[in-house]
Amino acid sequence: MPIALAPFLIPLSALLLSSVLFGAFVWMAGATPSDVYQSIYRGAFGTWYSWQNTLTRAAPLMLTALCTALPARLGLVVIGGEGAVVIGGLVAALAGIALLDAHPMVALVGMALASIIAGGALIGLVGWLRQARNVNETISSLLFNYICIAILNFLVVGPLRDPETLNKPSTHHIGETHMLGYLGDSSIHMGFAFGLIACLILWILYKHTTFGFAVDMVGGNARAARLSGLPVRKIMLLVTFMGGAAAGLAGMIEVAAVHGRANASLNAGYGYEGILIAFAARHHPLAIVPMAILFGGIRAASDLLQRNHDLPDATSLVLQGIIFVLVLASEAIYARMAAKSGYKS
Amino acid sequence: MTGLALEAINVSKRFGDLQALDRVSLKLKKGGIHALLGENGAGKSTLVKCIVGFYTPDEGEVLLGEHQQLISNPRDAHDLGIGMVYQHFTLVPNMTVLENLVLARPRLPSIIDWNKERMAIAERMKGMPFQLPLDAPVNHLAAGEKQKLEIIKQLLLDVKVLILDEPTSVLTPDEADEVLGQIKDMARRTGLAVLMITHKFREVVLYADDVTVLRRGRYVGSERVGDVSVEKMSEMMVGREFSGTALAREPAADQGVKLAIDALTIEDDSGLPAVSNLSLTVKGGEIVGIAGVSGNGQRELVEALAGQRPTTGGEIRVMGERYRGERQELLRHRFHCLPEEPLRNASVSRMSVAENLGFRCFDRPPHSIGGFLRRRAINAYAQRLIAEFKVSPANTAIPIGNLSGGNVQRAILARELWDQPNVLVVANPCFGLDFTAVAEIHARLMAARNAGAAVLLISEDLDEIIELADRIDVISDGRLVYETTPQAADPIVIGHHMAGHAGEPHAH
Ligand SMILES: Nc1ncnc2c1ncn2[C@@H]1O[C@H](COP(=O)(O)OP(=O)(O)OP(=O)(O)O)[C@@H](O)[C@H]1O
Ligand SMILES: [Mg+2]
Repeated sequence: MPIALAPFLIPLSALLLSSVLFGAFVWMAGATPSDVYQSIYRGAFGTWYSWQNTLTRAAPLMLTALCTALPARLGLVVIGGEGAVVIGGLVAALAGIALLDAHPMVALVGMALASIIAGGALIGLVGWLRQARNVNETISSLLFNYICIAILNFLVVGPLRDPETLNKPSTHHIGETHMLGYLGDSSIHMGFAFGLIACLILWILYKHTTFGFAVDMVGGNARAARLSGLPVRKIMLLVTFMGGAAAGLAGMIEVAAVHGRANASLNAGYGYEGILIAFAARHHPLAIVPMAILFGGIRAASDLLQRNHDLPDATSLVLQGIIFVLVLASEAIYARMAAKSGYKS
Repeated sequence: MTGLALEAINVSKRFGDLQALDRVSLKLKKGGIHALLGENGAGKSTLVKCIVGFYTPDEGEVLLGEHQQLISNPRDAHDLGIGMVYQHFTLVPNMTVLENLVLARPRLPSIIDWNKERMAIAERMKGMPFQLPLDAPVNHLAAGEKQKLEIIKQLLLDVKVLILDEPTSVLTPDEADEVLGQIKDMARRTGLAVLMITHKFREVVLYADDVTVLRRGRYVGSERVGDVSVEKMSEMMVGREFSGTALAREPAADQGVKLAIDALTIEDDSGLPAVSNLSLTVKGGEIVGIAGVSGNGQRELVEALAGQRPTTGGEIRVMGERYRGERQELLRHRFHCLPEEPLRNASVSRMSVAENLGFRCFDRPPHSIGGFLRRRAINAYAQRLIAEFKVSPANTAIPIGNLSGGNVQRAILARELWDQPNVLVVANPCFGLDFTAVAEIHARLMAARNAGAAVLLISEDLDEIIELADRIDVISDGRLVYETTPQAADPIVIGHHMAGHAGEPHAH
């Protein structure tokens, strides 16, 4: 295999193999694989309606994937996207409620800033714990997820609850006029553009700026970075902050574009799914976009699978899991191939 | 016990458009040491990696023993009794010697009976060329002991062929003599075949039986060591007669103190004092050499100067100002530092050669403008450095980790010697370099001094220090214990002070 194509061909074959395995799985569950694929296709990409559905779901996924992908450049495995979404969404709702009387633009900017700061602070804290106290970032970010979810549940059921929300305890509404709008006359909200722009900006930041260069140095060999006088701690804090900020913004988007309030729907697994997407995209900010759309499509099609084929609702999770495992395995194969032939990835 | 232990026939290996090995053959006899010589980048490491199956040769084959068994992957090599000691340590630092030895075995039982293992290994240790305390944690061992442990680790696996890639570059001459002497003994006794890569003719002459020379990936020749002179070997290596350039030590104008270290105290990883109350000054146009046995605080001192380790007392002043190793200070004062093991300490192996050479300049125009990198400018800069320092291959796009050990050293030296340093801290700059490169680096250090740099040279090679330094300090147990000049230097006296045998350390 020509070595230049390997980075594309290997994940692609991993995706193909995943579909084969998933086919076997649904067949065992009693459905016809080809029909199931057709349903997935129809539910995710078949019509303009399903595309809108898919892209709407891809929006937060792009941002939560960045929460894992950005620190990964430093060699950190951060899995706190879920917590950052939850806390970002909660804080955004509070800001929105506080700014009910403000101009909609002011309210939206205020909500976005609040969510960015909250999410950033959360994951920044993970980075700080790592370098100042040597606390493993994976464990601490995982634990923070639980803490954030518990805080959300406590607040929306207790002190912050809008008494009118009966079967789904939520905060007060941020005001219909203050909701995030849609792209053109589609039903895709602006959050999609946010995600897209964030991925693009971060790609440029990592690839073309001195900051990205410094991040590569710190991630590749912190000793060498120190030798060159780089502020290793500051860079670590900044990068973890940016990752958390992206996921926090995803929470704001869910509140401002979808629910209008903060409630348990914020904890819908976007953060966890972002981890898979980041790994599947090899932490490349631009590759996150198609991966997020793919995973968003699987999410969008999941209803159809249940309805048409009588498959359990965890079926789409199985597909995600298979993709994740195979892409990771392909990574290992690629690394080994590279070592053998004398090239490094 | 003679006979063929291993044969490599017409082995070729290509990396991209670089022919790293071009039909190289080698015959390894039982019961002796075979030295492999060649300039940096000649293909020595690549050849041994082909022999142990780490790389698959593009052409040619490797056969083991009289039965001519083919080796085609690392497992073959292992099963057939080939062991390799890499140039860098592969031990688990926070485990004990015993644990490291047991874990090295390929097939471990799921439950390890440590008592049994300890007895078995203690028993087998008796037949080994060196003894080591089984319960000492590896991170408390000195470099020489670690190297012995690496070798014992292989010997306990009953290897018949032992390959050593620059085994003595981290050892003092005394340690090297001990290790190589014992290995030679063992080879004679047991028929072990040893293939040793080295850059030191002294070791070839004293310990090797045969020598094979490579030059730019080609086989130049094999000889009995007794039949060739050192001059002949060096000529085979570089393809011409080598005339070392004498170092011109110019009387430098007094430039004032550029580097001052004042009562510096540094702790090692376990929080014990590694350097205590160390003071020293270096003037512009002067080389101050710090001699000492490795493990006496040199590493911590260099790390503190490099900004890689916090200090617990005292201060460092550069050009009269307090120095903390921040980037602004480092660039403004033109403070340059070359620590040992550049791959571990001074470069990012997965970044390209160009990027690694750009570490000092990437955030300044013309290499970046307004925070945006101009890769072309960085690349052009790197090309100039590479040409000037003869880094090979002259390809700035490959990851620096793919360069040969000596070429990594050259590339990082290029980065740090460029741009007229004001202060230059260098630690063991010639580890792993071939003799032409050593002469060249020495000349460059001298040139930097003559141009007015304050050079602090920390080296375990006393000859190097005597050759280069204007003043010599001896470090022992984290203190400077003796000062002399190269003119007055007596290696025996210095050696005594290095070993800490000269009574109480006196004030300095
Ligand atoms: N994995 C690789 N990919 C590309 N080029 C490589 C790779 N490994 C080695 N090379 C190149 O092959 C050549 C031979 O390298 P090798 O490491 O064998 O040299 P060496 O003789 O061991 O030198 P040294 O004395 O400096 O260690 C060098 O030019 C090196 O840059
Ligand atoms: Mg080598």
